[in-house]
Amino acid sequence: MTLPINEALILSCILFSIGVLGVVVRRNIIYVLMCIEIMMNAAGLAFVAASARHGSLDGQAFFLFVLPVAAAEVAIGLAIALLIFQRYKTLDLWVVARTKEA
Amino acid sequence: MAQNILFYLAAVMAVATTSMVVITRNAVYAVLYLIMSLFAVALVFLSLNAPFLALVEIIVYAGAIMVLFLFVVMMLNLQGQRGDEATKRPTRRQMIVPGALALLLLILIVVSLSAGTPAATNAALSDPKLLGELLFTKHYLGVKLSGIILLIGTIGGLHIGRGGSIPSTMEKPIDDVTH
Repeated sequence: MTLPINEALILSCILFSIGVLGVVVRRNIIYVLMCIEIMMNAAGLAFVAASARHGSLDGQAFFLFVLPVAAAEVAIGLAIALLIFQRYKTLDLWVVARTKEA
Repeated sequence: MAQNILFYLAAVMAVATTSMVVITRNAVYAVLYLIMSLFAVALVFLSLNAPFLALVEIIVYAGAIMVLFLFVVMMLNLQGQRGDEATKRPTRRQMIVPGALALLLLILIVVSLSAGTPAATNAALSDPKLLGELLFTKHYLGVKLSGIILLIGTIGGLHIGRGGSIPSTMEKPIDDVTH
């Protein structure tokens, strides 16, 4: 029995593409952060698939290094989102980009 | 064979729910769809002989990180016109999609648990003990750096969000908050 490694890599590409699409398309900063999460998760999936392909545990170890990066990024990103909402009273990134600094 | 079926079902579910994250307009639904997508990816990990990472994915990603998202979404009360949903009972039509997804997830978990032990050739891949040993010998520096990153995240979050970061829409207008 073979593991579905190639399919997993394709799935990782699809998920990463969806994440990129979301970052480009969505204007709400919360959605943008969520799509960055999707992209990180897709990268982790690629690590795990590569680990299965090479029969070594290094890829799985690197997935465990993706987790703290994602957690720290979310903590700071959401704090910045709160700050933006406080200052501009909106989470729309287009509005924020066009607003002059008060 | 069961693992391949598991993989394809989980992959389809991951793509569908992840697309819904980008498509849906309600932020709370987006968070819930993303949690479901993370569960599906965890099942993909299971089919790739990585059961420990599947559990870590569910506990850390779906359990900790997404709850943070949900917390902020609820705190900011985005598109606050959805108050009617708290009192109204969901109709039968609204239950179809979440019900089908939850049923699929249940079937996948049952199938994966009944599939038995993974293939013998890759048994070393699914051993959490070996992974832990590798992590604390070969990748020891990485573990230290992860700790520093988490510390930076904590300090940065505290610093950026300090003092009156909760928008107090109830008591006073937001203008009163001094920066």
